[in-house]
Amino acid sequence: MEAPNARIVMNADEIARALRRIAGEVTERNRGADGLCLVGVRKGGVPLAYRLRVLLRELEGRDVPVGTVDINLYRDDLGTSLAAPVVGRSDIHFELEGRVVLLVDDVLFTGRTVRAAIDALMDYGRPKAVQLCALIDRGHRELPIAADYIGRAVETRRDERVDVLLDADDGGPDRAEVRASAEAAR
Amino acid sequence: MSVRHLLDIESLGTERIVQFLDTAEVFFDVSRRKIRKVPTLRGKTVINLFFEASTRTRTSFEIAGKRLSADVVNVSSSGSSVSKGETLLDTVKNLEAMRPDVLVIRHSSSGAPHFIAKHSSASVINAGDGTHEHPTQALLDAFTIRRAKGAIRGLIVTIAGDITHSRVARSNIHLLTRLGATVRVCGPRTMVPHGIEQLGVSVFDDFSAAVEGADVVMMLRIQRERMGEVLFPTAREYSRRFGLGRRVLSNAKPDAIVMHPGPMNRGVEIDPDVADGPQSAILDQVEAGVAVRMATLYLLAGEAGQSPLS
Repeated sequence: MEAPNARIVMNADEIARALRRIAGEVTERNRGADGLCLVGVRKGGVPLAYRLRVLLRELEGRDVPVGTVDINLYRDDLGTSLAAPVVGRSDIHFELEGRVVLLVDDVLFTGRTVRAAIDALMDYGRPKAVQLCALIDRGHRELPIAADYIGRAVETRRDERVDVLLDADDGGPDRAEVRASAEAAR
Repeated sequence: MSVRHLLDIESLGTERIVQFLDTAEVFFDVSRRKIRKVPTLRGKTVINLFFEASTRTRTSFEIAGKRLSADVVNVSSSGSSVSKGETLLDTVKNLEAMRPDVLVIRHSSSGAPHFIAKHSSASVINAGDGTHEHPTQALLDAFTIRRAKGAIRGLIVTIAGDITHSRVARSNIHLLTRLGATVRVCGPRTMVPHGIEQLGVSVFDDFSAAVEGADVVMMLRIQRERMGEVLFPTAREYSRRFGLGRRVLSNAKPDAIVMHPGPMNRGVEIDPDVADGPQSAILDQVEAGVAVRMATLYLLAGEAGQSPLS
């Protein structure tokens, strides 16, 4: 459901094109998809990781493994929020050793989620490299973290909320939207 | 105060129980990784305060705390100031002054953890109090059953042994009936409290009848240290009527699982054949214990952050 004062910063076409471009950049930079794997950050990064897999298959003719990572056990703010956040399962069923991990998230904001996700990955093994892909970079970094692949950089106010809606429950088209919010989004 | 502590199952809502079980699934995965440690409770302090002997439960809480990166301190009554006559409240107040985040307490007096919770700014976890409750045991039993059977609703669970003195039985009865299992209890009449039917269980005198068609057979330890020899004549006679061997177990469903909270008296309440047999889930219970206690520490320590006292 679209909030009344939401502004769409990417529509379905733009998202699809951005992902196609990113898939091309990934194969160009890594000279194909050998030794590559995708890890989506729960929850927003997971559907994006699966879409990228389809696009990489079209380009390279093969499937790369996809895993998911839940960052809640690696947060730096446990005990400062009202309730312990609901932890989800991480699922990385392949060896990270020697692989290039493409970490995928929907929105890059303070960088704290990415820091937590990298720490989580390291507990599963020692990847050869980790690259970061975000559909939206909304700025306001609090840690020295930058994405390798970005769908779109969007100017936002700190207290605004950015949501990426893919196959949304409301049946609406894929979109990324920014809206005012009393509580700052993560 | 109730969210900060885990004192009993009786006062927990179904939703909260399910939250503990679901959260434990995540930690079960963590314990099966190569690196079995997450940084979640870095900087938090957990004190295990055990006034009664325990190997399994104390070790389980210690490993759970350490896998969450908490600092864990063990205090047992022997070799502590408790043996010099300090009162429970004084012991707790002194430990409190060192600012722990969680106190895990086992005590021979029913209600001791509730008493401490009233005087404590730390989260209190009951690790077994007298004949009252042992909530994390019931949670790990439910976790084990759920993993083996998929769900708890609709299952027949037979709990057999010294029901009267068993905090494990009491916590399990509260939890399993709340989650929709049919619970049967069985034991010598001297070991089954009057009016236990009011907790929603049915009482059986004959062990084979109690096991008939069961999905889960949960054996309790005969607690010699808790009673004189008046409640039953001999261990041999007890074993003949209420011990779980292969013949009795054959009355249960073919895929029934056998559970025991430990420590086992082999040859008394359970035959080695069954304890070590293919239907035994006894070591699965122990593995589940770490996951459930990690979930408990995580949920309580996470929620204590907002407490005005901490």
